[in-house]
Amino acid sequence: MSEQAPPAAAAAARPRPWRGALLAGAGPFLSVALALAVGALFILAIGERPGEIYALMLRESLGTGYGLGQTLFRATPLIFTGLAVALGFRAGLFNIGAEGQITLGALAAALTGVALAAWPWPLLLPACLLAAALAGGLWGALPGALKARFGAHEVINTIMLNFIAFALVSWLGHFVFQPATVRTAAIGPGAELPRLERLWGALHGAPANAALPLALIGAAATFVLLFRTRRGYALRAVGLNAPAAEYGGIAIGATQTLAMALSGAMAGLGGVNFVLGYKHFFEQGFSGGAGFIGIAVALLGRNHPVGVTVAALFFGALAYGGLVINARVPKELVEILQALVILIAICVQGALERMARRLP
Amino acid sequence: MLAPAVSLEGITRRFGALVANQDVSLELEPGEIHALVGENGAGKTTLMRVLYGLLQPDAGHIAIDGRRVRIRRPADAMRLGLGMVHQHFMLVGPLTVAENIALGREPHGRLGSYGRAAAEREAAALAERFHLRVDPRARIADLPVGAQQRVEILKAVGHGAWVLILDEPTAVLTPQEVDELFEVLRTLRDQGTTIVLITHKLAEVRALARRVTVMRGGRVVGSGDVAELPVERIAELMVGHAIPPPTARRAASAGEPRLEVRGLTVRDDRGLDAVRQVSLTVRAGEIVGIAGVTGNGQDELVECIAGLRPPAAGEVWIAGQRGFSGRAARGPAGRAARQHRAAGLAHIPSDRLHRGLVPEMSLAENLVLGLTRDPALGRGPLLSPRALAARARPLLAGYDVRPPEPGARARQLSGGNQQKLIAARELSRAAPVVLAAHPTRGVDLGAVSLIHRRLLAERDAGRAQLLMSSELSEILTLSDRVLVMFEGRIVHETTPDATDERTLGLAMTGRSRGAGA
Repeated sequence: MSEQAPPAAAAAARPRPWRGALLAGAGPFLSVALALAVGALFILAIGERPGEIYALMLRESLGTGYGLGQTLFRATPLIFTGLAVALGFRAGLFNIGAEGQITLGALAAALTGVALAAWPWPLLLPACLLAAALAGGLWGALPGALKARFGAHEVINTIMLNFIAFALVSWLGHFVFQPATVRTAAIGPGAELPRLERLWGALHGAPANAALPLALIGAAATFVLLFRTRRGYALRAVGLNAPAAEYGGIAIGATQTLAMALSGAMAGLGGVNFVLGYKHFFEQGFSGGAGFIGIAVALLGRNHPVGVTVAALFFGALAYGGLVINARVPKELVEILQALVILIAICVQGALERMARRLP
Repeated sequence: MLAPAVSLEGITRRFGALVANQDVSLELEPGEIHALVGENGAGKTTLMRVLYGLLQPDAGHIAIDGRRVRIRRPADAMRLGLGMVHQHFMLVGPLTVAENIALGREPHGRLGSYGRAAAEREAAALAERFHLRVDPRARIADLPVGAQQRVEILKAVGHGAWVLILDEPTAVLTPQEVDELFEVLRTLRDQGTTIVLITHKLAEVRALARRVTVMRGGRVVGSGDVAELPVERIAELMVGHAIPPPTARRAASAGEPRLEVRGLTVRDDRGLDAVRQVSLTVRAGEIVGIAGVTGNGQDELVECIAGLRPPAAGEVWIAGQRGFSGRAARGPAGRAARQHRAAGLAHIPSDRLHRGLVPEMSLAENLVLGLTRDPALGRGPLLSPRALAARARPLLAGYDVRPPEPGARARQLSGGNQQKLIAARELSRAAPVVLAAHPTRGVDLGAVSLIHRRLLAERDAGRAQLLMSSELSEILTLSDRVLVMFEGRIVHETTPDATDERTLGLAMTGRSRGAGA
């Protein structure tokens, strides 16, 4: 029989949650850096200098007032669609339908702005915003309800609803588009969102508009909903561990339907950036794939409203920076960069999370 | 004296800042059964994973049969003659016993096909040599747990293992199966196999092992011959302080019926009747224990009472309110559970990571799972983080959850602390009915005694408790009445004073039906 002194080692066993969080939080930045490094190889391959190209992109997209305004304009719908996809993810649902939702939201806002053109702005503007949110929300709630009621997979259904949305817009176009165009009539002046250059002269000429503060309000609201309300708690519980949520008496189906409706509404609101803030009419193909890029934004932003906002700015800068360098590098490079960021983000995130798990 | 079969010298293994093993040394003599005991998180499993090549040590070395070796992966360990029987069996359900034993070194038949006959002959020969009863042609999925475990053991010795590591082998067995396992292990030992038994059940140490090593906090805190160490002393070493004797049961002075189950039939996931026509009543101030071999309908019964599985027939009444009524009758998932909780049900679920916790949420958030409608947690629709933390702190302290940090993730806790977290949430609600399923499964001694004390305190405060456990000693210690479930029916009712583990064990296998109470 031998005995040793009781252990002191146990004292070292206190978990340090911040270390894991730091490791996991470093992921997006590491992914972007790696993607830019791989992108540099492509730039080298076409005989350009990566340093110069990246410097040019950076200077033109963030270094001038006009460039910044262009970047912010492109980031605005991405904040909305990124939040939309993030809301779905938080409830354990993959909303691939943001593209259809933003399209219908934009059309609904435009049609409302045209039909009620004579209304004064304090009535017309909220009506247009509401129309955008309702149209997108309906298009999101539908697959949510199908999931809740029949267990139909939301990925399939949101993809299908995208096609239906595009077809619906084409068909409605026969009635609402201007002759021989794919755009509607102009909305009433009361529905227009003012440009930000009126507040901040440095942005002169850039299309950034009041949809940006609306997007930031959307991000703040999403944060409060997710992390400061009872409903948000239920939503996250369903997403993280549905059997435990059920055990806790949370109605899974209703929560998922609500999450998808909110997700769709958020995506739908993304349409107002173009319609109410820029062209003042709806035009087919306006979104530039904002609904799909929203998936990447949510991923890179780790489904957190703050992360989503930062990631949307990054993708906005990438989109505008890509236009600027178009003379020297094909614009496909930017698409390659976007895809690389997504691919690498997925791998890096997984690797870092495994590392974080191994910490006590 | 012979060279030790296995010797671990100065093994240290860190995970980040945590030292899971600190300078641990252990020698196994050839042909001995050596018990490795300690609470959850003491480092037993880490040590054995190092030995089996699943983890690399940061310091220290391993010698097998006097020769120093490096074990980089389990394949190295197997080649050196080490075998491991995991808590969760590594068997392929749809394959036969012989196929599982042959897996990885299948004999060839003619034309290079799988030699079924040869595999079956080999399995039968192995079973014969070690006196293990198994049918080589039986499908694994059709076998009871005890038989599956024998297949695992055969698989290991069939691969040539002469050092066998068993990780809590009795956790899943009935008392009869435990006896059979012990016989098998003694046979193996007599034929020269060296056995390491990881456990925290001291009765097993006493029954089987010649020597014991006690671990706590990553270190060896004591070792010696079992014959020279009283069980109480081993328990003290494990926990680090003396263990209070179990609270004496008091005579039941049960009050009004609080939980009533009438003619309940519940189907399992395959649509078969798992619970058949069960009726039972639990009164205020009593604990009714349900004993039974896993898979005899207890899980389905508990899930139905909890509102998580709808009944095919019959009724559940909780504190005078009918369950599964109104919108919850056939409504979507979650509604019935909410109704039952609102009626006054607290529920410690059997599967803490699956049902009881949201591992990625914080401790504070987990402590309000199912309780978020409480107006004290925030104004209107809001949920105040400050209110959550304020609610969490006294609960974490009162139930000795470590670390007591409201912001830590539930995933970061050890199993015992997760269980204490659930107990804290459910037992602090003062709900009139408590449904406790395996409340101490996989939990260390300190946590067991804390959870038992709390359950008894709740009983004394007039709660009606239904306790389901695969630990007969737990049922016998806590219950005022004991029901035995077999094949979906209550086949036996008794009181702890009028029965013992042997009688209950027989009833659990259906053998006392007719002759029973």
